[in-house]
Amino acid sequence: MTQDHRPHGPRHRLLSVLVENKAGVLARVAGLFSRRGYNIFSLAVAPTDDERFSRISIVVDVESSPLEQVVAQLDKLINVVEIGELHPDEAREAELLLVSVSANAGQRSQVIQLVGVFAGRIVDVGHEAITVMVAGAPEVLDDFESLMRPYGIAGLQRSGRIALPKLDKRSSPSGAMSVVDIA
Amino acid sequence: MELTGAQALVKSLEMQEVEVIFGLPGGAILPVYDPIIDSPIRHILVRHEQGAGHMAEGYAQATGRPGVAMVTSGPGATNVVTALADAYMDSIPFVCVTGQVATSAIGTDAFQESDTTGITLGVTKHNWLVTDAADIPQVVREAFYIATTGRPGPVLIDLPKDVATSTMEWYWPDGVNLPGYHPASQPDPAAIRAAAELVVAAARPVIYAGGGVLKSGASKVLRELVDLTGIPVVTTLMARGSFPDSHPLCLGMPGMHGNYTAVTALQKADLLLALGSRFDDRVTGKVSAFAPGAKVVHVDIDKAEIGKVRRPEVGILADCRLAIEALVASIAACGPLDRGRLAPWIATLQRWQAEYPCTYDRSEPEHAEAVTGGGGRRPTLKPQFVIERLRASTPPDTILVSGVGQHQMWASQYWAFEYPNTWVNSGGLGTMGFAVPAAIGAKVGRPDRMVWAVDGDGCFQMTAQELATASAERIPVKIAILNNAYLGMVRQWQHMFYEERYSEVYLSPDLPDYVGWAEAMGCVGLRAESPEEVTPAIEKANDIDDRPVVIDFRTDSMEQVFPMVPAGASNDDIVVHPSQRLRDSEVSQ
Repeated sequence: MTQDHRPHGPRHRLLSVLVENKAGVLARVAGLFSRRGYNIFSLAVAPTDDERFSRISIVVDVESSPLEQVVAQLDKLINVVEIGELHPDEAREAELLLVSVSANAGQRSQVIQLVGVFAGRIVDVGHEAITVMVAGAPEVLDDFESLMRPYGIAGLQRSGRIALPKLDKRSSPSGAMSVVDIA
Repeated sequence: MELTGAQALVKSLEMQEVEVIFGLPGGAILPVYDPIIDSPIRHILVRHEQGAGHMAEGYAQATGRPGVAMVTSGPGATNVVTALADAYMDSIPFVCVTGQVATSAIGTDAFQESDTTGITLGVTKHNWLVTDAADIPQVVREAFYIATTGRPGPVLIDLPKDVATSTMEWYWPDGVNLPGYHPASQPDPAAIRAAAELVVAAARPVIYAGGGVLKSGASKVLRELVDLTGIPVVTTLMARGSFPDSHPLCLGMPGMHGNYTAVTALQKADLLLALGSRFDDRVTGKVSAFAPGAKVVHVDIDKAEIGKVRRPEVGILADCRLAIEALVASIAACGPLDRGRLAPWIATLQRWQAEYPCTYDRSEPEHAEAVTGGGGRRPTLKPQFVIERLRASTPPDTILVSGVGQHQMWASQYWAFEYPNTWVNSGGLGTMGFAVPAAIGAKVGRPDRMVWAVDGDGCFQMTAQELATASAERIPVKIAILNNAYLGMVRQWQHMFYEERYSEVYLSPDLPDYVGWAEAMGCVGLRAESPEEVTPAIEKANDIDDRPVVIDFRTDSMEQVFPMVPAGASNDDIVVHPSQRLRDSEVSQ
């Protein structure tokens, strides 16, 4: 992964897209990106607390096309209800990483030590490798990933970024949604 | 009241005041064809599903009401995809119902199964796979709402056979439930004021009217805007007829084959008032060189069009008619405009119109000497002449339909449009074979009007089987084939850009025998080979009102469409007719 492709680089912007929870919605969103030549860096989708809706978190590569155009086209999809951009300064972001790392008897303790530093959890142990789960900000996971690489990575899966707006810390209780509605 | 899904579908279409369905039955849609027998809705049996789609489009373009097509699953659905893509490009309201294999068979590669909603995802405004008969009225209501509101477009309802045969308790929904769909309507007053200020201050303004003017029914208010401001108008291929060609401020069609004045007016303007137009590449030419000195006001109902190609100084997200109404009010409120302020600009435009009209080498007897060199050779028939004669011999409100290619450009250049919704063509997708079925759909929608299709010989052969539909259903359309024996536009490009190496473009003037074809299809077939035969053939066709007529006009194979802006070139590099180029060089000497 080159520096340019780091998920928090300037060319990557995070959209939080509320969609109707209907069959084929993900295909509509993905199909729009492919037919208009937009690049998705990562995409995460899951139901929200309201069963009528799902939330798709998309990290868009804005090098290929301006964000404004991506948002306007997305907004034309009938099942897309709301689109917000989450700026890194105004959002709590998280990502989950699962990695299987070669860790023979000689290396195992070093690996486990690093997992501890990153507050990760060992979820599987084999004779030659262990599988680790780490959650955190995307750039923290980048660091962890690069520290694991020298040991030998057998398999790696990241969830893609998910995010919610930061909560308002002032006394008013109504500031939960500071997401900028840009559609 | 308990109904089957099929009955509920037909009843829902009746609730939507559908008067005609263009379709062709097959296995998966069979249940729906049974209640159609008892429905007041007229069904027109087509010969190919693509024809059903284009008929629905022609109907919609001529009437402004949504067209409806119904076909079966698998090949029925895939055959209608071209028409859906065409309607998507040209924003035509079109509701398509497709049969689908039973829900239990979906995904098993069943007979005549295709992933219809998947295939049509990118060429519809929205589509539905109905899995419960109880959803049918709601889906139909939403389908028509989506197809006809906002930026209109095609929608598709995929109905599995078992859903059509299962039962539901009939209801008609109170409204739609579309939390993610909010079509724009009224413009932002601040944007209107900003636009009005630009209009009042402009010295060389041009109204760049697009298809949105017709879609929103804005022809009348556009006229008011022009009367108030004195600003000249160009009408794009999709907007021909939205503003009358006879109006002194109508400059006609801009773009790749637009006339010199319309193209150059955009290039030299200091303000473009883009109304429901989308800065299509066929209009702009090289985008970075398009209208370099112009500020832009862009009115569109689709937010994604505003700034997609050209960033406007003022973007107005609104229904075109409402935006023009607001603009008229806002400009009127600025006080009386100085009528003389545009005089130098109008004088310049008039000079260009006088110097560079659309022209061709005439070949009628009185001009034949020059053309044949006096050798007594039979003069060739010019396609532009046919269109001029056709225009002169038909009522002003005649609906003109065309296919795609040279004949389409000549039709747009040489037909004088007076009324909205009198021009039906395939603009964005450029679908050869559009004309014959679209003309049939237009005539079904407007039986009171004369409907002429101007078609190319290449186009005609793609969908001419629908003449059997027209004969069987007594739909008296008239087809003028400009038969130049070539895929003419491709030939023109090979002439200009491939060193006259003509690759796979020759079709023959005699194969098929178009008169024989017409007669075999139950139509009257006529032929005209020389200029003197043109008007009598048209008059004969005009007198026939009980069956379709096809005229095989044998036109000059060598004729090219001018002016032309080569693909990718700047509009400043417009290539005018050779006779005008000669004059240019004389002037410069």
